[in-house]
Amino acid sequence: MTLTLGHFLSLGAMLFALSVIGIFLNRKNLIVLLMAIELMLLAVNMNFVAFSHYLGDMHGQIFVFFILTVAAAESAIGLALLVLLFRNKSNINVDELNSLKG
Amino acid sequence: MDVKTGLFYLFAVVLLFAAFRVITARNPVYAALYLVLAFFQASAIWLLLRAEFLAISLVLVYVGAVMVLFLFVVMMLDINVDSLREGFWKHFPLAAGVGALIALEMAAVLMGGFRLGEAPRAAAGAMGANTSNTLELGKLLYSEYLYPLEIAAVILLVAIVAAIALTLRTRKDSKYVNPADQVRVKARDRVRIVQMPATRAAEPVVEVADAAKENKA
Repeated sequence: MTLTLGHFLSLGAMLFALSVIGIFLNRKNLIVLLMAIELMLLAVNMNFVAFSHYLGDMHGQIFVFFILTVAAAESAIGLALLVLLFRNKSNINVDELNSLKG
Repeated sequence: MDVKTGLFYLFAVVLLFAAFRVITARNPVYAALYLVLAFFQASAIWLLLRAEFLAISLVLVYVGAVMVLFLFVVMMLDINVDSLREGFWKHFPLAAGVGALIALEMAAVLMGGFRLGEAPRAAAGAMGANTSNTLELGKLLYSEYLYPLEIAAVILLVAIVAAIALTLRTRKDSKYVNPADQVRVKARDRVRIVQMPATRAAEPVVEVADAAKENKA
């Protein structure tokens, strides 16, 4: 039994489903929400790399490169916002972010 | 089942376990450490897919930079874990339902009508055994994708500026001199010249006389 594209796509799908479950479960904890988003991006990157290998096309890996860049920028800004939030509210509960509610 | 398949299953099982622990760990520090484990397993799987450069950069960029940043932030904040965990099991049925739905939908796509069984196809020189993955990636990145690469650099620059601008704060209690004020200062703002008479009439000496009386008594 050799490895097929389906193995990697199934792994990516399971990883994505797990991170969606994580977003639902930890809907109050902003840090774990950010980590679940990182896991989602990892699942997407897994699909890109698998397709790139099995279709013999390097452009998929270029895409993974750019996704890594954007994910690093996103997590840096997200953590900066998190620190700012903790400084103002003294906790990171998502439910308390309601000051814009009319 | 050859060695590669066995390694794939090993890495995949550890990866899924680590991802499961990330979303269920009680302490965010443990969640971050399990996320590090997940990234290492994903990097190993990418090595199986012959994406060496990306595997190494995943370890360097994610484990080396982003996850350390996560750990710093988690340890810097004083988080009350219990208040964040309430409602965890209340949302579990909905979460399990949505997760199962996503997994089933993707499985349906994969099972029906998707060409799965094909062996890796080697493109013209791109995926051969003797060519370097990094070399091919670099050739593409610096020729065809030059402008996107520069845009990515600008995105990182914007992220640096945004992160610093968001978290920079000036302390209210620190004493410092504004350099602009220092440069703009004039002599007449600093020195006040007071006109006084050079000599002054002597005041009557009352207290000295009193002190002399006390000494005599």
